[in-house]
Amino acid sequence: MYVKLSHGGGAKETRDLIEKIFLKHLKNEFLSYEDATILHLDGKLAISTDSFTVNPIFFKGGDIGKLSVAGVVNDLSVMGAKPLYMSMGFIIEEGLPFEDLERIVISIKEEAQKTGIKLIAADTKVVPKGLCDKIYINATGIGKLVKEGISASNLQEGDVILVSGPIGNHGAVIMAHRNDFDIDINSDCASLWEAIEPFLKENVEIHAMRDLTRGGLASALNELSQSSNVEILIREEDIPIEDPVRGFCEVLGIDPFSLACEGTFVMSISKKDVQKALDILKSQKLTQKARVIGEVIKKGKQGAYIQTLYGSVRYLEEAPGELLPRIC
Amino acid sequence: MNLNDKDIVLKAKEKLIKKVEKLGKPIKIMEFCGGHTHAIMRYAIDKLLDGYVEFIHGPGCPVCVASTDRIDLAIELARMPNVIFTTYGDLLRVPGSYKKSLLDIRSQGNDIRSLYSCLDAIDIAIKNKDKNVIFFAIGFETTTPPTAVLLKKAKEMKLKNLFVVSNHVMTPPAIRYILNAGISHIDGIIGPGHVSVITGMKIYKEFDMPIVIAGFEAFDILKAVNMILDQLINNERKVENAYARAVTEEGNKEAQKLIEQTLDVRDTFNWRGIGPLSKSALKINKDYEMFDAEKVFDVKLPSSKEHPLCICPKVITGKAKPTDCKLFGTQCTPENPIGSCMVSSEGACAAYYKYKEVDLCM
Amino acid sequence: MCLAIPSKIVEILDNNIAIVDTMGVRRKASLELLNPKPKIGDYVLLHVGFAIEILSKEDALESLKLFEEVMRNEDEFER
Repeated sequence: MYVKLSHGGGAKETRDLIEKIFLKHLKNEFLSYEDATILHLDGKLAISTDSFTVNPIFFKGGDIGKLSVAGVVNDLSVMGAKPLYMSMGFIIEEGLPFEDLERIVISIKEEAQKTGIKLIAADTKVVPKGLCDKIYINATGIGKLVKEGISASNLQEGDVILVSGPIGNHGAVIMAHRNDFDIDINSDCASLWEAIEPFLKENVEIHAMRDLTRGGLASALNELSQSSNVEILIREEDIPIEDPVRGFCEVLGIDPFSLACEGTFVMSISKKDVQKALDILKSQKLTQKARVIGEVIKKGKQGAYIQTLYGSVRYLEEAPGELLPRIC
Repeated sequence: MNLNDKDIVLKAKEKLIKKVEKLGKPIKIMEFCGGHTHAIMRYAIDKLLDGYVEFIHGPGCPVCVASTDRIDLAIELARMPNVIFTTYGDLLRVPGSYKKSLLDIRSQGNDIRSLYSCLDAIDIAIKNKDKNVIFFAIGFETTTPPTAVLLKKAKEMKLKNLFVVSNHVMTPPAIRYILNAGISHIDGIIGPGHVSVITGMKIYKEFDMPIVIAGFEAFDILKAVNMILDQLINNERKVENAYARAVTEEGNKEAQKLIEQTLDVRDTFNWRGIGPLSKSALKINKDYEMFDAEKVFDVKLPSSKEHPLCICPKVITGKAKPTDCKLFGTQCTPENPIGSCMVSSEGACAAYYKYKEVDLCM
Repeated sequence: MCLAIPSKIVEILDNNIAIVDTMGVRRKASLELLNPKPKIGDYVLLHVGFAIEILSKEDALESLKLFEEVMRNEDEFER
């Protein structure tokens, strides 16, 4: 059985699809057939929205469902907000097997349970074959601000930069699939709230956190340096990269610093709290390979730099939008 | 000990500097191959030996030497109806005469795909019997044998919808041109490691100059520099193999045989930066001409032109550095490349841009 | 000028295709350019999906050690 155009028509067939697949797994006290969900919220809130179009929709270490929950959870978490609620819009290509759709919905349920984030509103549309690539998901998350002052424009001179784990796993898995490579690692796709929550409770002076996504480490550090108008220096020898990711980058001639991640983040924290931060990170499964990778060296000018293996310092350039393999 | 052992590199630096001092003047070494340019920049070997060894970047980057008229040809073929156009990654970004690249054409709806292996074109042809699949082949001698295999397989499988354009170029004519053109007096050449895996050492015998074939790790390059300096100290001019773990005297005879069976030498071929060079490139031979897209398809090409301020031609032949170009880093960047040496990740301009030195006052 | 990486032959299939492993990354590679053919466990240079050479027993790490020795011997010679 597969999704048909009529499933997007808004009538009985749509309700059938919602009951049989979505509500079967995602039913809760909020989801209903009302036009909108009513919430009571107070205090400062964080909102984030993201759309997910990943291809392939099932990959080593996850799928588009897990990715959309983790993506939203992570965007809220790195701002110091506890993820509470999310809405999701599904655009489905006619012909998507029910089995695939259900698998994705189950992933959403399982990933959401890890954090406790609740799906409170959803929408489904079906488009004719060829007008979208199997399924696209838009997810919007709402969280309650637990710790204020965490911002990309808050980096201070002397801050230490940490990364929560090895970089590039997700990007390598996706690119490997597209180029017919079989790679011995999983995407790092993961919800980071459980790793970040301890920081918000402890007395650690966090100035900024950034979820590494598209554009990888290079983009995140360039964005932080621009927002705060600071110069950041990291050391190539300290950046954790797993062997298969290294090998993959060597074979295709691409730069690991620009590969996407989906469950890895960087932090800029006050120097005095480095050991405390490392202890917290290393005590958790998700972040046990965390490392110090550099410092914020100066305020007043933007720039992200990398010290290469033999000592010289280069710009940490972001790769152009589309990563293409090179032959030489 | 690991391949990136800092101590070994720093020790080598000391020795090499002493040898250059013995020679009494800074030494100019051309690394022919784009892969070596990339490695030198990535490991900052140019910085390591700054003031003692100057690296002149050679034309061994197939994307960089792809002339505008060949890019225009690619674009015209890609725009034909019912075509799936395939090539190796970096070529997609090079702009042709009218500022459009294959990536730009792709965003207008043409089916253009980057392949890791040219044999993937066969799978595409089989899955899309109603389309013409064109593989636009580029590369020096390392990348030519795969195209030869593609042609043989296409014939064995009697494929009717797979075509190839050969833009394969050859190393010795380019070295000859550089040396005869007397460009900035070169003392020695670091020869292309993987080209030599295919060709063997014999292709360099005609050159009267220290030539050392090198691998691609930092120590490989330093080893080659060391051997060139030793030759200069001893007044020698010979070809040496510093990549013996991969390169043999005879090269890969099977690959050489396949090339002979499928490809012929062109009378002349246009190289970006060099202009027309005789007997410097390969075309598909008569036995395989049914797969030759240049013969099968009739494309009208507009006359080619290049940006007036782009000095890629000079950069590719070592006559100028990327930083000498008025467009470098301002109008011409990897996101918005104007010339081919900025597009290709091993082009001198792209390597300079990516690995440019930061002046930190710390 | 070519990105060719040492990779291990882990499986040999029909039609001159092998599965090669590069630091935990695997793909099929054509053996059409090698004669004689490699065995399982051999290291080859992989370039755009083709094995272009069987690597000698001396690998990069050994080359590095040799280079280091050369540098050291030159030291002693100078003294």
